Amino acid sequence: MSDVMDGQPGDVVLRLAGISKSFGSLKANDGISFELKRGEVLALLGENGAGKTTLMNILFGHYVADAGEIIAFGRALPPGSPRAALEAGIGMVHQHFTLADNLSVLDNIVLGTESLWSWRSQGGAARQRVAQLAADFGLGVNPDARIADLSVGERQRVEILKALYRNARILILDEPTAVLTPQESEGLFATLEKLVARGLAIIFISHKLHEVLAVSERVLVLRQGRLVGGRETKGATRQDLAELMVGRPIPLPKVEPQAAGTELVRLAQVTIAGSHGRNELQSVDLSLREGEILGIAGVSGNGQATLADLLSGLAAASAGTVTLLGDTIGEADAAAMVRRGVGRIPEDRHAVGLIGDMSITENMIAERYREQPFSRHHLIDWQAARNFSQGIIAGFDVRCPGPHATARLLSGGNMQKLILGREMAGNPKLILAAQPTRGLDIGAVGYVHEQLLAARKRGAGILLISEDLDELLTLSDRIAVIYRGQLSAPMIRADFSVQQIGLMMAGHGFAQHEAGHAA
Amino acid sequence: MAALEIIFTASLWAAALRIASPLIFATLGELICERAGVLNLGIEGIMTVGAFTGWFTVYMGGDLWVGVAVAAASGAAFGLLHALLVVPLGLSQHVTGIGITLLATSLTSYVYRVSLPEVTSPPKIEPFQPLAIPGLSEIPFLGQALFNQTPLTYLAFISVALVAYILYRTPVGLAVRMVGENPAAVEAQGIDVTLLRIGAVMVGSAFMALGGAFLTMSAFNSFYFDMVNGRSWIAIALVVFGSWRPGKALLGAILFAAFDAYQLRLQQIVAGIPYQFFLMLPYILSILALVTMARRAGYPRALMIPYRKGER
Repeated sequence: MSDVMDGQPGDVVLRLAGISKSFGSLKANDGISFELKRGEVLALLGENGAGKTTLMNILFGHYVADAGEIIAFGRALPPGSPRAALEAGIGMVHQHFTLADNLSVLDNIVLGTESLWSWRSQGGAARQRVAQLAADFGLGVNPDARIADLSVGERQRVEILKALYRNARILILDEPTAVLTPQESEGLFATLEKLVARGLAIIFISHKLHEVLAVSERVLVLRQGRLVGGRETKGATRQDLAELMVGRPIPLPKVEPQAAGTELVRLAQVTIAGSHGRNELQSVDLSLREGEILGIAGVSGNGQATLADLLSGLAAASAGTVTLLGDTIGEADAAAMVRRGVGRIPEDRHAVGLIGDMSITENMIAERYREQPFSRHHLIDWQAARNFSQGIIAGFDVRCPGPHATARLLSGGNMQKLILGREMAGNPKLILAAQPTRGLDIGAVGYVHEQLLAARKRGAGILLISEDLDELLTLSDRIAVIYRGQLSAPMIRADFSVQQIGLMMAGHGFAQHEAGHAA
Repeated sequence: MAALEIIFTASLWAAALRIASPLIFATLGELICERAGVLNLGIEGIMTVGAFTGWFTVYMGGDLWVGVAVAAASGAAFGLLHALLVVPLGLSQHVTGIGITLLATSLTSYVYRVSLPEVTSPPKIEPFQPLAIPGLSEIPFLGQALFNQTPLTYLAFISVALVAYILYRTPVGLAVRMVGENPAAVEAQGIDVTLLRIGAVMVGSAFMALGGAFLTMSAFNSFYFDMVNGRSWIAIALVVFGSWRPGKALLGAILFAAFDAYQLRLQQIVAGIPYQFFLMLPYILSILALVTMARRAGYPRALMIPYRKGER
């Protein structure tokens, strides 16, 4: 890492001058110029679609800019070449990791760092170097593990190691915490501090204000492809940054107290067996009533997904009883759950929530294409379907070219609005919201919260599964913690304590007896 | 019991290796393409091209090994065509592959007819002769079964070891495996996805052509139309059977060839059953083997997905 030590703090290491890029009629970047200094964390703040990722993809050579130039360490960077960017000392941690799942950590790291035309791969030396970097920067990960077997947090460490292994002196992190648990985010911030202390310069792309305030020294705000402001982070408040980012004041969600109604769902001692002899859910008791929001807190991978599957009709209980609106639910039947009035906002909107390559209209009628008015004489009435999706687009303020647009091309926030629109249209009695605001920008988060609260007011019961503690504390009437498939007794709003919930998320207060769960 | 005794004859296994050789080349070729994320259904046509160009080179007075080199080069050329269409242009790999097969097959017959207008019966060449490995070929049973083959059979086995070594032990092998898993990861490490895939498809296609050349230059001594006769499709199945691993694919090729050699001998001693049933045997067995093996197969994740730079 000796080369990292060169230079003085405050030296300009990277300069972007007049970067512009259009996709068709959309100006993704419009004359963006800024400088990055050695040893600083520069936050690039902006809503989804503001052009942050496009800008970084230009910097890293994935895209070629229509105009402007990039100067790294005093030398102009040839456009459109990731290799040139890497050689100039620019490393990028992509939002969607660029790792090969079936290969080992070490394989993923060393690829491309040695001449392709050699008869041997560097084995031991590379392993040692990775171990050293991992120890130096708190990026512990088993070099021989298959990527597919790693947690999301570990995969991100591999991405960072990839950059450091190549002696990156400028590190770009694109929405690095979007997929991390709060604990993993803390670990990441600690790593970033160590990197900056070694003289790296970091560009931190985010739309999470508290993170920007916590890690960065300087913040630049992008809006609709243009740089609309920049300031020292010191002294800034969340409200300042939010208004700069969105361009208008942001109201906080208001939860009005209201009495819960009759019981909608009851789980009694529900166990769901998993593969490898461990139970995905272990003797779970849960009760949800009309007009209340029950929050489920927990570190991801502790059974939340299975709980959501159970109530979506994608998984069946192996033991215990599930009662929904007075009926006992036996086999897993997703269509029946929809008919019973369950609205589902799935955790993974790309893979489960929408079919990316199909149109908005097709996606909007996906749950009910066999029913009136979309099906007439066993034929789909496309006029009715289009009207329906047009209604959702208008009613939920979805920014898109029209109902014929391909779902994949929408931003995350607009996808989530579509899903909300589809589910709310069925007037669901029970709403299952799994990570409903993950990866969304402030505007969209506010919108989702508003909709959930409106549904609560209407009398729907909402099961809110989230890793975002702030979100749970703001919206929930009661919160239960899930840990290794076990669900705690819920605590009521008056008793909410961040410390207590945090401890429980780490396993305090849970029985540790059941076998087979690896930590 | 004569049916069982066949299994213990060296001649059965010698025949099995002979029958396996073109399959090994072809399977290896398809495996390399698919490991890089490109399905190559041009294989049947590319094998035909290899069979013709190798044989024709020798017929025109070239050395046998020059014929082998010409076959490999012509295979690589068709591989390049396939790769250009499916990698940078991102066309459908199925359709393009079938198109390559049709083009290569008919181009071969055209060139054959134009070059040899007067010929009625297929002209013959002096093919590769069995090469007894000194010492090893003296070993009872094994010597006759394994070490008294033509040079191209030895080359097939050496190729498996070589390809396995390159795939698992060298940087370029890692890059090829990675580009079949996640091209974006390769791109992010500064390696050109397009060039890497084109290169892999060319090398793979050269191997396919060697499989064809084996037929005209080692197994037989002349070129017939339709002589590849679906062997390439078996090779595609063998890639799946071998879970995209050279060693396991080799095993599959030998297994299939052994059944084929076995049914040929069985036909002669079992009376009263139409020979077509015996012909079916290896195929039925390979379907059964595929059903059991393919369930666990970890296919390259990016197989058949065109990569476009910068697209999410």
